[in-house]
Amino acid sequence: MTDKGTLFFKNKPVIKSAFTIVGPKESQSELGKFFDICLKDDRYGESSYEKAECKMLTMSMKRLIERQKLKDSDVDAIISGDLLNQIISASFSARDFETPFLGVYNACASICEALTLGATLIDGNYAKNTVCSAVSHFATAERQYRYPLELGAIRPAQAQWTVTGAGSYLVSEHLSGYPVISSATIGRVIDFGITDVNNMGAAMAPAACSTITRHLRATNTTTSDYDLIVTGDLGALGSRLLKELAKKQGLDLEPNHVDCGELIYNIDEDEFQGGSGAGCSSVVFASYLYPMLKSKKIKKLLLVATGALLSTLSSQQGESIPGVAHAITVECSND
Amino acid sequence: MTGKNNANFNKEYVELVSKLTPKTNEPKTLFHAFWVGGFICMIGQFIKIVLSSAFGLYGDNLAGATSMVLIFLSALLTGLGVYDRIGKYAGGGSIVPITGFANSVVSPAMEFKSEGFVYGLSAKMFTVAGPIIVFGVIGSVATGLIYYVLGLLGVIA
Repeated sequence: MTDKGTLFFKNKPVIKSAFTIVGPKESQSELGKFFDICLKDDRYGESSYEKAECKMLTMSMKRLIERQKLKDSDVDAIISGDLLNQIISASFSARDFETPFLGVYNACASICEALTLGATLIDGNYAKNTVCSAVSHFATAERQYRYPLELGAIRPAQAQWTVTGAGSYLVSEHLSGYPVISSATIGRVIDFGITDVNNMGAAMAPAACSTITRHLRATNTTTSDYDLIVTGDLGALGSRLLKELAKKQGLDLEPNHVDCGELIYNIDEDEFQGGSGAGCSSVVFASYLYPMLKSKKIKKLLLVATGALLSTLSSQQGESIPGVAHAITVECSND
Repeated sequence: MTGKNNANFNKEYVELVSKLTPKTNEPKTLFHAFWVGGFICMIGQFIKIVLSSAFGLYGDNLAGATSMVLIFLSALLTGLGVYDRIGKYAGGGSIVPITGFANSVVSPAMEFKSEGFVYGLSAKMFTVAGPIIVFGVIGSVATGLIYYVLGLLGVIA
């Protein structure tokens, strides 16, 4: 590890496959046709939304492993995270696998944390295959962080909409032809004093800016070296703030920045600034961007998943919202 | 370290955020709130007239029965998944009338049904409405005391 927090993976771990399951609202979006499974029922036939979220994660991992004609025992570790208290979706879904499990929590940045850890295990020759995944569900997140679904409350215009979706990735030893995770930067926790719990994008933008700047410096690259710089779930407002912040650092993100939260929804109801949640960057990258890397339409991208590290208790106690962002460079392999 | 007005507080950034954050279009939301709120009151008035002319109710009985019908309708609409849609449009207009109170009790009850009847539904039923009840009771006690004292002083009859 050089330049504190940036990891260079010399053995070129690859993302061998990805699998996504999303809810009904996500299926109707522009990206709808790219997802592997689109649920018609956001309860997924379960008695509660929490169980549905867990099942989404379980099924996405099961189908991912099956698609590669692997068995549970071929996978060395499952690394997954979600937004619920005690990350129950991640832990409970691991019950169904005969695979060692690491649960991670970095709010909506969990997927990049999982992919970084997965790639590290592969790179260090500690594992041959790891499954990295993240899930979120609109109904469970609303209930944990906000109000009951049927309460007639107004969502403010800076609010975002938690994505119902699970995305799983198989990170494996180097194989030619697959997108390589070449480096990763572990984010610092940054807090500029935003206290509005509805304004997650604003809370996370400084962390995204910090991580992008650090990653570019450590890897000795500039924004134009990447076909795309993809942030997780800053939303429209957060993306704008990120660009403003980056400009002050002398970075121009305007030409090649996209945000998964902005991509995922057609803004026609109360999504306002776009999607959010651990599932947001996870499903958008897995279904839409990863295949483009695989088919070499995109050569190199920087995925920066962003997380707002608040809890309902912390915000009620008047704490501001710390943000974190982890970045990974994914590029087409040269051989 | 944390929270407002502390070491990490980046004034420049927070000001930028408040400048870029979209503002509520107040004339529009106020219009929505007032016409829906007024319309709910009109329905209440209509129920009152029907109850008084059809069942001969009057005074406290009439007021109580009218509230009960409104509460029932609101609970029904909440259960059918309609009231939250009205709320999204009307905001305060559908929160302030008694129907909003009913919605704030019924919606958590529905939400927490999955945690069981006692620890889920019954315990969580008042998570939203709890403060309203607390301040309602405190307010009524205070009003009663003032009324009593003013009566002793002979200010009011």
